[in-house]
Amino acid sequence: MAPPPRQRSKTSGKAVPARGMLSRAMAWWSPLSGRRLTPIVPQESLAGRALIAVLAIMCFLSCLAVGAVSIVLDAAQGWQSEVAREITIQLRPRQGVDIEKDLGVISDIVRRTVGIERIRVLTRAENQRLLEPWLGQDIELSALPVPRLIVIETARSLKLDVEKLRQTVQQAVPGAALDDHRLWRQKLSAMTDAVVGLGVGVVILVLVATALSIVFATRGTMAANRDVFEVLQLVGADHRFIAREFQLRFLRFGLEGGLIGGVASLVAFSFAGIIVRSLSDDTGQAQIDLLFGSADLGWRGYLSVVGTVLIVTVLTAMTSRWSVIRHLSGKHRAS
Amino acid sequence: MIVFENVGLRYDLGPEVLHDVSFVIEPHSFQFLTGPSGAGKSTLMRLMFMALRPTRGAARIFDQDVATITAYDIAATRRRIGMVFQDFRLLDHMTTYENVALPYRVQGKLESDYRADVVDLLQWVGLGKRLHAYPPVLSGGEKQRAAIARAVITKPEILLADEPSGNVDPDLAYRLLRLFVELNRSGTAVLIATHDLNLLQEVNARHMVLSEGRLTIYD
Repeated sequence: MAPPPRQRSKTSGKAVPARGMLSRAMAWWSPLSGRRLTPIVPQESLAGRALIAVLAIMCFLSCLAVGAVSIVLDAAQGWQSEVAREITIQLRPRQGVDIEKDLGVISDIVRRTVGIERIRVLTRAENQRLLEPWLGQDIELSALPVPRLIVIETARSLKLDVEKLRQTVQQAVPGAALDDHRLWRQKLSAMTDAVVGLGVGVVILVLVATALSIVFATRGTMAANRDVFEVLQLVGADHRFIAREFQLRFLRFGLEGGLIGGVASLVAFSFAGIIVRSLSDDTGQAQIDLLFGSADLGWRGYLSVVGTVLIVTVLTAMTSRWSVIRHLSGKHRAS
Repeated sequence: MIVFENVGLRYDLGPEVLHDVSFVIEPHSFQFLTGPSGAGKSTLMRLMFMALRPTRGAARIFDQDVATITAYDIAATRRRIGMVFQDFRLLDHMTTYENVALPYRVQGKLESDYRADVVDLLQWVGLGKRLHAYPPVLSGGEKQRAAIARAVITKPEILLADEPSGNVDPDLAYRLLRLFVELNRSGTAVLIATHDLNLLQEVNARHMVLSEGRLTIYD
């Protein structure tokens, strides 16, 4: 029998330092057969398809929660920026004083104040229209001491000193009240924070459930591929190598499931947008627009969905890696 | 290379299956490990492969104390050992070529670096035309040769073969033995666990005989 073939020096069989990601990726390509080398951990399995379905559903739910939070945040920002720029001065009629004269005094003060973009004194007719929902259309208000309103829009670029304006107005016309809607804005902010907190909580719960599903799926895969484990240890694979092989397999599952769930959520948001727009003839459209803006996801929403898909993918890969290393370390301690 | 001193082993709280086993395996040596079925040959092989830890005594493999060796060092030490099992342990979803090349992949080598070595070795063991065949379609002898090729592809310092002739006919068993002898001549220490008396008579080598968990050595 001929002697065994001489080993080339660069393949001495000694342990070599780990190579970079590119080299490892290239090591998968087989010029001999002109195809990729077979993955060490078999890719196709019923459990794998089930896991992709679970990941897709989890990612879909996470993206829905994240997208909804994004829409609420966008709408709340819209409300807050509009409301924050609007200040109302309410002027009650005083005994023996012409209210039009008081309106003129306050208008002059406001116009001289830095940080004001626009001022508008509501006419008696406009006042009447505001009260129609409560008092009806046919009522005569001229005999009643109905307060008059001045609506002020503040400038975006210049900072208005609201407290100073309030004091000046009250000193000039006792009984005049300046309302910067602070209380309403605080309530709106609290409600927005609650919605965002709820959304983040839902996403965290879904991600925890996803991680647990991956742990169980990894254990199932390890049990189903026990022979692969044994052979890898037989040929001297360390824990990191084995974990990386499983991580690669689960990375693919995570990417597949994440993309399916992410795309499905985008379709769902588009569908919701179409429904909202189809209600444009409806009288409720104004209220829907007021609450949710145009119900479009916006760039922040799209970024959140992409981020969620990436998080699900990375979470899948890292959880499987952690699970394999933990299992192998446990086995080493037990042996 | 491998040093065992008064090694004993028991599984959990059961009786001791190996008692006071002491031996040294030198580099470039050739030896048989023999004994009746159930004497503890496979257990001793697993101890030498660090798949088990002794419950007493001292075992050193390539200067590593088996009692305290880390998981990382076990993997590194196993790369210096070639192991052949009676049941082959080939991966059915990979080709013969990929199975034999597996140790190189584990070491992170590029396929272009090891391709020629693997093809040469497979031709040398008579599997040159079965490179892309999957293990389920290989005969018992072909599987055994593929398993041996995988064990020696990285030119280990020692080859441990557990009943390598257990699943093959006498003619192939003889050819496999010649293969081991050639490997030994090229510098690899060889330990063959077998109860095939015909095989033992073919090579003039040290005999390590296990009986009821006790080892006797005939140089």
